[in-house]
Amino acid sequence: MEIKFTEESLKKLEEAKSRYPTNDAALMSALWIAQEQFGWISNEIMLYISSLLNVPFERILGVVEFYTMYNKQPVGKYHLQVCTNISCMLCGGYDVVDYISKKLNIGLGETTPDGKFTLIEAECLGSCGTAPMMQVNNYYEENLTKEKIDSILTKLSNS
Amino acid sequence: MSDFQPIILKDIPDFHKIEVYMKNGGYGAFKKALKMKPEDIIDEVKKSGLRGRGGACFPTGMKWSFMPQKTEKPKYLCCNGDESEPASFKDREIFEKNPHQFIEGTLIACYALGIKTAYVYIRGEYYPWIVMLQKAIDDAYAKGLIGKNILKSGFSVDIYIHRGAGAYICGEETALLNSIEGKRGLPRVKPPFPANFGLWGCPTTINNIETLANVPPIIENGGEWFSKIGEPKHPGSLLYGLSGHINKPGIYELPSGTLLSDLIYKYGEGVKDNKKIKMIIPGGSSMPPLTADEIDGLKMDNEHLKAVNSFIGTGGIVVMNEDTDIVKVIKRIAQFYYHESCGQCTPCREGCGWMLRILKRIDDGMGRQADIDLLNDVANNIEGNTICAFGDAAAWPVKWAIKKFLPDFEQKVRENVKIPIANKVHALRLVSLE
Repeated sequence: MEIKFTEESLKKLEEAKSRYPTNDAALMSALWIAQEQFGWISNEIMLYISSLLNVPFERILGVVEFYTMYNKQPVGKYHLQVCTNISCMLCGGYDVVDYISKKLNIGLGETTPDGKFTLIEAECLGSCGTAPMMQVNNYYEENLTKEKIDSILTKLSNS
Repeated sequence: MSDFQPIILKDIPDFHKIEVYMKNGGYGAFKKALKMKPEDIIDEVKKSGLRGRGGACFPTGMKWSFMPQKTEKPKYLCCNGDESEPASFKDREIFEKNPHQFIEGTLIACYALGIKTAYVYIRGEYYPWIVMLQKAIDDAYAKGLIGKNILKSGFSVDIYIHRGAGAYICGEETALLNSIEGKRGLPRVKPPFPANFGLWGCPTTINNIETLANVPPIIENGGEWFSKIGEPKHPGSLLYGLSGHINKPGIYELPSGTLLSDLIYKYGEGVKDNKKIKMIIPGGSSMPPLTADEIDGLKMDNEHLKAVNSFIGTGGIVVMNEDTDIVKVIKRIAQFYYHESCGQCTPCREGCGWMLRILKRIDDGMGRQADIDLLNDVANNIEGNTICAFGDAAAWPVKWAIKKFLPDFEQKVRENVKIPIANKVHALRLVSLE
């Protein structure tokens, strides 16, 4: 498959470039736009961005590896990122991980066979007052209980 | 302090909307500032005694005065909303409930410092809040409050959001600069300081979101008014975040110097299931922890916390009950720093891994008495030996937990040690319940 930004993505990239005095500063925005379109950042995508922004491939690889939110491999349709840092841990963050792991029958970093869910453990997501919590793609699910997790997973499986 | 009125998180419905904000006097301080001389604005902020809310408590007015007045280069303002310190979640409250006061503070800062471009750095995970702030910025553009020739004053400024992508270190100011430039978030060696050599080598000021949100009320009511709120050496209100084993977690805006016991028992409504407290982290995971015996009469501001060898940090308070396994908690904190170390300085890159491995060994019951000394030794060798404050942040919780909770560590390596729980605070709460 040929890697190419859609018209909309290209428009977003131009808008991002206009915010900075140099083209290479738009790199992080370009990667976000790519992840939105492709779901993850492959080597081919990095090469494509390299040609778009005129930034060396090696530097892009460095940036992608440095920031945890850029997916280096494909993830499921719903990326379940459960916080297990201190406040969530005290309120049962690891129980949430275990519960989801058992329910979906996947380990940390794994994806369900139907490609729907990927489960990972995340560092503090800044939602300590509403612990335990998890991030599903871009949105937060807070004050989790078993019942709440059940209803979230059921809703997502059916969508 | 019952007559205290919140400065930032005001109790007005729909205050995040620009119409409501302006109806309540919003952007009045900015209009007032446009008629003032820039140096008078800086003086007013100096007079207020406002100190940075990002953790280092640096006086904001002084930071602003470091910016060169006359320079050929463009100048930049970076608003630090990275907020990745575990247990802090205050800036998102501002984006959600009062974004315009922050934008107004940013505008005033830009005017006072002669800045034409401001970047708001927000952590990538805060996508919903980025959308909220972008909406607020768009609304302000539409009203002609941001953009070219604002209110026909001849002053122009642009505010852009830069979305991070998940790196704790980008909250460090020079790492943040690198991240905005589209690079890996590696902290820079100082000097040169950002005020002279920041974004793209140009003069740059970096302020926390909460700090900037405090600026409009200072301009509106005067620096002297602000300096009288809370503790004189660390004036103003603070956004305290309560989390952990607490009945009512959340963000509480209260004057600096509020009693920790009031925060926990009056506002947080006490510890879950009526248990005793074992450990408290006073200002985000990197601050040295406190024992329950230190809570009594402790005021929450930087000066008073320094007296008990800790710091206010970001004001994120984590309460842990008597059943908490201290070694497990410290191990989890060490795991976080191991994951987030940028890898530039050897003591931090290697040391964080060592600390985690030793703590794992102790927690698994495979530790020896000598491991505790070794752990302390590693922590001491990280502290102060790195180019940014991350090394200290990683070392402090380990080092101080060993100092204050030694029996907990010893119990894991020697079975016959019993953990004493000394606790005045629990008694204090029982009295207040009656």
